[in-house]
Amino acid sequence: MENKGLNKVDLIFEKIDNREVLDKGFRMSRDEIIQEMLDSGLKGRGGAGFPTGMKWKFTAAEKCPDKYIVCNADEGEPGTFKDREILDRVSNKVHGGMAIAGKAIGAKKGIVYLRGEYRYLLPKLMIELDAFHKMIKEIGYDFNIEYRMGSGAYICGEESALFESIEGFRGEPRNKPPYPTVSGVFGKPTSINNVETLVTAMMIIQHGAKNFIQYGTKDSRGSKVFSISGDTPTPGIFELELGMTVQQFVNEFGDGDTKAVQVGGASGFCVPRKKFAETIIGFEGVPTGGSMKLFNSSRSMYNVLHNYLDFFTEESCGQCTPCRVGCQQLLKGVEKVKKGEAKSTYLIELMKLADTMKIAAKCGLGQSVGNAFKSIVGNFKEEIIY
Amino acid sequence: MYQVGNLVKELSAKHGHARESLMPILQAIVQKHNYLTDEAMVEVARELDISAAEVYGTASFYTFLDTQVKGKYVIRVCKTITCSMKGKSDIIHTLEEILKIKVGETTPDSQFSLVETNCIGWCHKAPAILINELPYTELTPEKVSDIIKDYMQK
Repeated sequence: MENKGLNKVDLIFEKIDNREVLDKGFRMSRDEIIQEMLDSGLKGRGGAGFPTGMKWKFTAAEKCPDKYIVCNADEGEPGTFKDREILDRVSNKVHGGMAIAGKAIGAKKGIVYLRGEYRYLLPKLMIELDAFHKMIKEIGYDFNIEYRMGSGAYICGEESALFESIEGFRGEPRNKPPYPTVSGVFGKPTSINNVETLVTAMMIIQHGAKNFIQYGTKDSRGSKVFSISGDTPTPGIFELELGMTVQQFVNEFGDGDTKAVQVGGASGFCVPRKKFAETIIGFEGVPTGGSMKLFNSSRSMYNVLHNYLDFFTEESCGQCTPCRVGCQQLLKGVEKVKKGEAKSTYLIELMKLADTMKIAAKCGLGQSVGNAFKSIVGNFKEEIIY
Repeated sequence: MYQVGNLVKELSAKHGHARESLMPILQAIVQKHNYLTDEAMVEVARELDISAAEVYGTASFYTFLDTQVKGKYVIRVCKTITCSMKGKSDIIHTLEEILKIKVGETTPDSQFSLVETNCIGWCHKAPAILINELPYTELTPEKVSDIIKDYMQK
């Protein structure tokens, strides 16, 4: 496995001449932009990690004259706060990335879906958006962005639930296929990208794919913004090159007593101390949308798991049975085992339930509840039982 | 209870009468009054020419589109893991003492509502709360009590 070690970089928040990069992007043909993204190996920064170039290519291939580029700023995963910081500090790069994506896929309209918890950012963002629209007009490029707000629903970070919400409905995920690239918001071909992905796309236009792939590993190109919290002396936002082990990460950010790191939030994986050295943070190991939570030995992993299950039970949209009932039963199940009302072997049944949810749940929420459940129960069984 | 008056008409004139206008209209009502009354939802349904059940069905899906009476200031305390680890319970306890209400309740003068909420994206500065739309972070019982006392003066 490739190991790049821990390297801090400063590309996402770097101040750039937005207009210069946009001029460069607009001079490129649609195919050239898409090829640059494919060459860069950029994978979506929201967590799922779908190759951005492929997403743009599929959307570009649709014949429909009305297409959309949607920026997913519904950052709800416990432990991530990087998109808020990016929008707060470099919204011009987000808007710019949307315009570049718009050119690539042939969309004239962009929508930013911002979570309700970040509404306080809106007045500032509106001023910056006005300036952006003015600049785009000067360049002579036809592209318009509008903001839509969420209202406190984690599930709306799921792409098709987000479209439902924009359209004025309950944020319930749709069946796939059709995928958003064919039928997204308002039934039109849509490329939906995370805030950080769009900024990274700007960076790739600026520096070129060749330079971008100097960073990271074969499976995880580039750098990424990490949201670091929990038992750490230095909580906050750090941009790091991809391809470090959890051990290297803990050496830098741990408090000397780290027993576990939850990588990727409540829907991600728990890595215990004995696996720190062998686990790479990235798509070849544990993928993350940026959420890194450190727990030291004073923390009860039962409490951590209980908190996550409580979160999912509340945030499940309730549409499909595996997720709605599955979340409730996992929560009740661990409570029973903890209280001694069920035997410890009941955990095996619950593990099977988590597997069923992975197969049978309709969307990523229900499918990923098992990640945290199985990795916490699997590695910290004693703490769950006793 | 507030009277919705011309608000829905003004909002639908601004945001339009299509289904996609529903969320912005409901959000704007909540921004002004902090919750949705039955009267307001029926009025929205009439303006958008959809059934009131559709409006209620949509509103009740979203945590921030309250359909129960809420105070002028809605205090949302993050209860997700990092805030929970970093002293969320002390913050709740302090708020309950100052406001003399429990989580889920509204003060009799309709000034404050206290609720718990899921991750609000301030884990690195936990514990954190939102008061209406403004975040307050790195709280201690002393800090949060000063903040609430300021709001009480408003």
